[in-house]
Amino acid sequence: MKNVWVVAKKELRTYFTSPIAYVVIMVFLVLVGFFYYNILMWFNAQAMQMAQNQYYYSQININQMVYQPLFNNMSIILLLMLPLLTMRLFSEEKKIGTEELLYTSPISVNQIILGKFVASLLVLLAMLALTCLLSIFSFAYGNPEVAPILNGYLGLFLLGAAFIAIGIFFSSLTENQIVSAILTFGALLLFWVLNWASNSAAGAWKDILNYVSFLQHFDNMTQGILDTTDVVYYVSFAFFGLFLTHSVIQSRRWR
Amino acid sequence: MIAVDHLTKKYGDLTAVRDLSFKVEKGKIWGLLGPNAAGKTTTMRILTGFLPATEGRASVGNLDVFEQPNEVKKILGYLPETLPLYPDMTVTEYLGFVAAIKKVPAGRRTESVAKVVKTTGLESVKGRLIKNISRGYKQRVGIAQALVHDPLVLILDEPTIGLDPAQIIEIRSLIKSLKGEHTIILSTHILPEVTQTCDGVVIINEGRLMASGSLEDLTASIRHKEGLFIKVRKDGPEAAAEIRKIAGVDKVEAADGELKVEWKPGLDLRDDIVRLLVEKRFGLLEMRPMAMNIEDLYLKIVSGGTEQ
Ligand SMILES: Nc1ncnc2c1ncn2[C@@H]1O[C@H](COP(=O)(O)OP(=O)(O)O)[C@@H](O)[C@H]1O
Ligand SMILES: [Mg+2]
Repeated sequence: MKNVWVVAKKELRTYFTSPIAYVVIMVFLVLVGFFYYNILMWFNAQAMQMAQNQYYYSQININQMVYQPLFNNMSIILLLMLPLLTMRLFSEEKKIGTEELLYTSPISVNQIILGKFVASLLVLLAMLALTCLLSIFSFAYGNPEVAPILNGYLGLFLLGAAFIAIGIFFSSLTENQIVSAILTFGALLLFWVLNWASNSAAGAWKDILNYVSFLQHFDNMTQGILDTTDVVYYVSFAFFGLFLTHSVIQSRRWR
Repeated sequence: MIAVDHLTKKYGDLTAVRDLSFKVEKGKIWGLLGPNAAGKTTTMRILTGFLPATEGRASVGNLDVFEQPNEVKKILGYLPETLPLYPDMTVTEYLGFVAAIKKVPAGRRTESVAKVVKTTGLESVKGRLIKNISRGYKQRVGIAQALVHDPLVLILDEPTIGLDPAQIIEIRSLIKSLKGEHTIILSTHILPEVTQTCDGVVIINEGRLMASGSLEDLTASIRHKEGLFIKVRKDGPEAAAEIRKIAGVDKVEAADGELKVEWKPGLDLRDDIVRLLVEKRFGLLEMRPMAMNIEDLYLKIVSGGTEQ
């Protein structure tokens, strides 16, 4: 555990002494702020109109009308931002030769992988936490329910964790950061839309494709439904990514 | 302290290290000498647990490198051929990180870093970012990271490569000053590095052991071979045959228009040979002693000879 934290601290220092983390966090916040502002303006206009009518008035739901689309937008922005956080994690060590220091030290490969994972998770956490500040406006304009919002954030965090684990895996494959990022984008987009293929698939394949797709599980969470299968899905996805990373690192050295 | 036993390493079809065995005693500096691609880095990577071997054993301080890798890593300091430095850290930050992953207890890290900064002469740059210091200082940081957990054994892969002559002398004397407390193996492809810093040497070429021993033993064993190179006008097998008849002569070989004559140690057959050549009118043109030193031995090995 202590070793994991030593590695995580080193990664955090690298994130914050270079501009990477600041740029990723800032661009993320600007984009989320932009989407949030637009959605809120649209919601305002809608709410004005709907308020004219007794029936529609009862249908106004800030959770559904603001947060659901916002979370969907945020998930896409995460897909575009997180590979930039993970691309250097192993590629850079390989490229500058520091992997030789890491793997000849008395800490395990698992501890190294986990340390890097934890560091990225903390940056993700910071990104998400900062967007919470925006919610001040929602609470000023309306009366949203807190539980579904928290649920949506949990969904984003778990989704982000899975993205990060996959990014780490691709980073362990190559010493080129750009290649690592491109492979991660490709894989994430593919998993994102995998359920589209389920329309034409039959039988068990349909269920498998649906289950494996990111989108299916994420929809549930933004709608405020906390289902353990979704949580299990994301956690196992992250675990799988880290497990693959471990296999890659071990097999490289044992070849 | 270090024992390598019939070690073989294959990268696919390429055999980088072939049935290599040697031992290094506690408190000594040994050189692993060989031309480029001889297998030095591969051997060191196996010793440090970075790479597995295909066959054979290796142990450091009585611990098996393959069976107790983590125990071995704790008592080992390693300077890889490419310096494993993080350019965006300061020297102190970097050494602190290395101390932490080498399991120096948290309470002793500052002290260990300060100590190693002092031994390696890094005081003046300890607060600077590694990317901004000179090549010579980077090399010192590399050695400092290998030393920070006060390991019993140091493995240094080409510690003076890419340095200017003054820096080379500095690094060599730094390494020499570490002897005694630490058992050291350093690799190099230049002989003077060995003769100036090491107690013993393992010479390898194309992954094979060519010679090994303490410098004194090696020099002594080479001196034992005494002989002459002779050039005669009437070159031919007769001269060789005649010389071979002299009592005490071991071997006569013809090479490059010269005759190479070796005799048993302790004898001096120069007079007899000259007398014979003059009496039989072979026409002596040239005669020079076969002064072999380690340099000749190394040159011979590198140029493809497999004797010794
Ligand atoms: N990772 C590797 N994969 C394939 N071949 C390698 C690898 N590392 C080294 N080699 C080959 O093994 C041989 C020995 O290399 P090395 O141990 O680096 O020699 P040295 O350090 O003495 O120059 C060389 O022919 C080299 O090309
Ligand atoms: Mg080498």
